[in-house]
Amino acid sequence: MTAVPPRRRMVPAYLATGGRSRPSRTAFDRLTLLHSASPDPPQGLEAEHRRLWELLRPGALTLVEAAAHLRLPVSATNFLAADLVDAGGLQARSPIPRAQQIDRTLVERLLDGLRSLR
Amino acid sequence: MDSAVSGSRIGYLPDRDQVLMKMLVAGPFGVGKTTLIRTLSEIPTLHTEEVMTETGAPVDDVAGLPDKTTTTVAVDFGRLTLPGEVVLYLFGTPGQRRFFPLWQDIARGALGALVLADTRRLAESFEIMDMVEEQGLPYAVAVNCFPDAPAHSAEVLRGHLDLHPDTPLVLCDARDRATSVEALIALAEHVLHSLPSLPQEQR
Repeated sequence: MTAVPPRRRMVPAYLATGGRSRPSRTAFDRLTLLHSASPDPPQGLEAEHRRLWELLRPGALTLVEAAAHLRLPVSATNFLAADLVDAGGLQARSPIPRAQQIDRTLVERLLDGLRSLR
Repeated sequence: MDSAVSGSRIGYLPDRDQVLMKMLVAGPFGVGKTTLIRTLSEIPTLHTEEVMTETGAPVDDVAGLPDKTTTTVAVDFGRLTLPGEVVLYLFGTPGQRRFFPLWQDIARGALGALVLADTRRLAESFEIMDMVEEQGLPYAVAVNCFPDAPAHSAEVLRGHLDLHPDTPLVLCDARDRATSVEALIALAEHVLHSLPSLPQEQR
């Protein structure tokens, strides 16, 4: 955690989101997995949407990774992703598939995985 | 990292049914959070810039300005893919109380927190341990052994940190993969013990 000196963006975050302060629909988790759902970018979207869509064309990333690569705040990236999901350009999947809960089985899987690194 | 998004440097995830999990790496400034994440991460560490509105923070007293300031802080994170279709994300989280709202936001859904401490300034980790407890997150304390820091036995450190007997305490070197992995294992074991022992009821 370090303080970051202010830096100018090409497009300010409030413009990247079309001036909205909350998502049209969905508040994703930082670890929501995003991947492309269309061979071409959806029509009628702004440049920042297109950047996110292009980023995800080759493969899947979590929301927080997409935000880091685009150098946008997570909240702004959330708006863009929600718009793209609405427009059919992206699919979003929750961090834990099939609506499982974090339970003992999952933590045991994590532990086994970590122990295999020993 | 430059601002252009270049495909070759982006670590895409395979499009499978992995379980994505999150742990926090918390601690005071300079304690080695980013070093530990870098040691363990399979991708170059990334960061997001988070805009924080601080109310009434007793930091600046600027006449004529409202008592509200916005600060941008960088949150570092890394990723570790494990056998068994598990992907673990490690988020370095701010140690200061004034960042608590951001902290809560990042902590949502996290399995637990690894609180890093430095023997030269153990007290600086107290506030973080309080915040983790308030959040109800299970945690383990990892003392990052800096070469020039005084070495103490685990028992002495437990006493100084006033740890609950169940809270794991491990010694690690944030630059060293093996001891950093052990710290995560200690935390994951503690998370497991803190879960209800019976399987969750099926809905």
